[in-house]
Amino acid sequence: MKKKLESNKEINAIKFKKGGLAAEVQELSGENVFACYQCGTCSAGCPFIDDMDLGPDEAIRYVILDRKEVLNSNTIWMCASCYTCAERCPRDLNITKIMEALRQIVLRKKIDRTKVVKISKKEKETIPQLAFVSLFRKNIG
Amino acid sequence: MKRHEKRYLNVLGEIMKLLYYPGCTLKTSATNLEKSAFAIVEALGHEMVEMEDWNCCGVVASLTDDDLMHHLAPLRSLIHVEDQGENKVITLCDMCCNTLKQTNLRVKENPDDLETLNLFMDRENDYKGTVEVLHFLEFLRDEVGFDVIKKKVKKPLKDIKIMPYYGCMLLRPREVAIDDAEEPTILSDLLSALGAEVVDNPFKIECCGSYHTVENKELVSKRAHRITTFATERGADAMVLSCPLCKFNIDTRGKEAEKMFESYKQIPVFYYTQLIAIALGLDPEICGFDDHAVNPIILLKNKEVALE
Repeated sequence: MKKKLESNKEINAIKFKKGGLAAEVQELSGENVFACYQCGTCSAGCPFIDDMDLGPDEAIRYVILDRKEVLNSNTIWMCASCYTCAERCPRDLNITKIMEALRQIVLRKKIDRTKVVKISKKEKETIPQLAFVSLFRKNIG
Repeated sequence: MKRHEKRYLNVLGEIMKLLYYPGCTLKTSATNLEKSAFAIVEALGHEMVEMEDWNCCGVVASLTDDDLMHHLAPLRSLIHVEDQGENKVITLCDMCCNTLKQTNLRVKENPDDLETLNLFMDRENDYKGTVEVLHFLEFLRDEVGFDVIKKKVKKPLKDIKIMPYYGCMLLRPREVAIDDAEEPTILSDLLSALGAEVVDNPFKIECCGSYHTVENKELVSKRAHRITTFATERGADAMVLSCPLCKFNIDTRGKEAEKMFESYKQIPVFYYTQLIAIALGLDPEICGFDDHAVNPIILLKNKEVALE
């Protein structure tokens, strides 16, 4: 089934050689995405699955099929690195690291997900510091 | 020295001096966690001092293999622990604990990475890899012992039903976990020692929404609602947790969820240190309950625990 994902011009402009996406993910994460046998355990346990356009298992399938639209999915940004999927994967794939690799591919092209100016003064004063530091670490390159 | 040998010494009444790494949030929005932890250490007859020259740990561990840069900040703090002649450091924040442990593990397992990082830092001593990072909960379990705490309880938390909530950072990834990833017991063991009734719940290991609390408040409120509803359906009066971010997300964002879901009421959230302090009969003032969105004082008064 083909899903409709958001489309971002800058992200669409990222180029890969044939099979380059999987190779880059593997280089960044150290995980072999081809080991995934699509059981869906990661998606079943993911606390953010309701708000994702692709399940984590689907995102991995996209990488295997060399479909770089996966970089447009909100899945990679919804993942908050809670490691639940990594802990449960029967193939012992660290999916958390795979998601981080996909985020990094985008961030390293200087495409930021978070716009700092949009955060209001009141929020800056009430939200705990560690939330900001982690958000910026995850969403700004 | 093995863990049980250390315990043996401590049971004999040895005073432990601990070095403590605070992190940003403990000095700002979670001062009540820090204050209550210090009070407990004192009440147990030990000593805890803040380490010199610490810096932010970076909050989240670097997860890409080629990224060493983000291991610098935690490593620098570990070096300063060695500089003070210590080989152990205690953290209160779950995220600091996780990040420091992950960096420690990476440089211990990859001597080449450690060499690169040591060479990069001009003004710091080389890291020798001697530091052990401990979460305060781990310290209470392994080196003080919940049985010792139990003996010192003056005001048992009788008739209060509490659900333990662990979140992610204490339990995952497994290399740095302080308990089992799927079926942790450390908080329930502590609650039992304090005399409270434990309400078990499958949501205790689920993510609270973490940093999405900045950009996606409603998502986090929904998560707080889901986690709390499960707890209240099983009769819980309150929740206990350890992470400052989980506390904000469940307490404050949970309170905001009252506007999104009809007849939903957020239950109070405690730090485990606050519950220990209350049970040990310490002054409730040190718990800083005023900083909570849902003030737990009312519950404690209703249950006639502490508080005159």
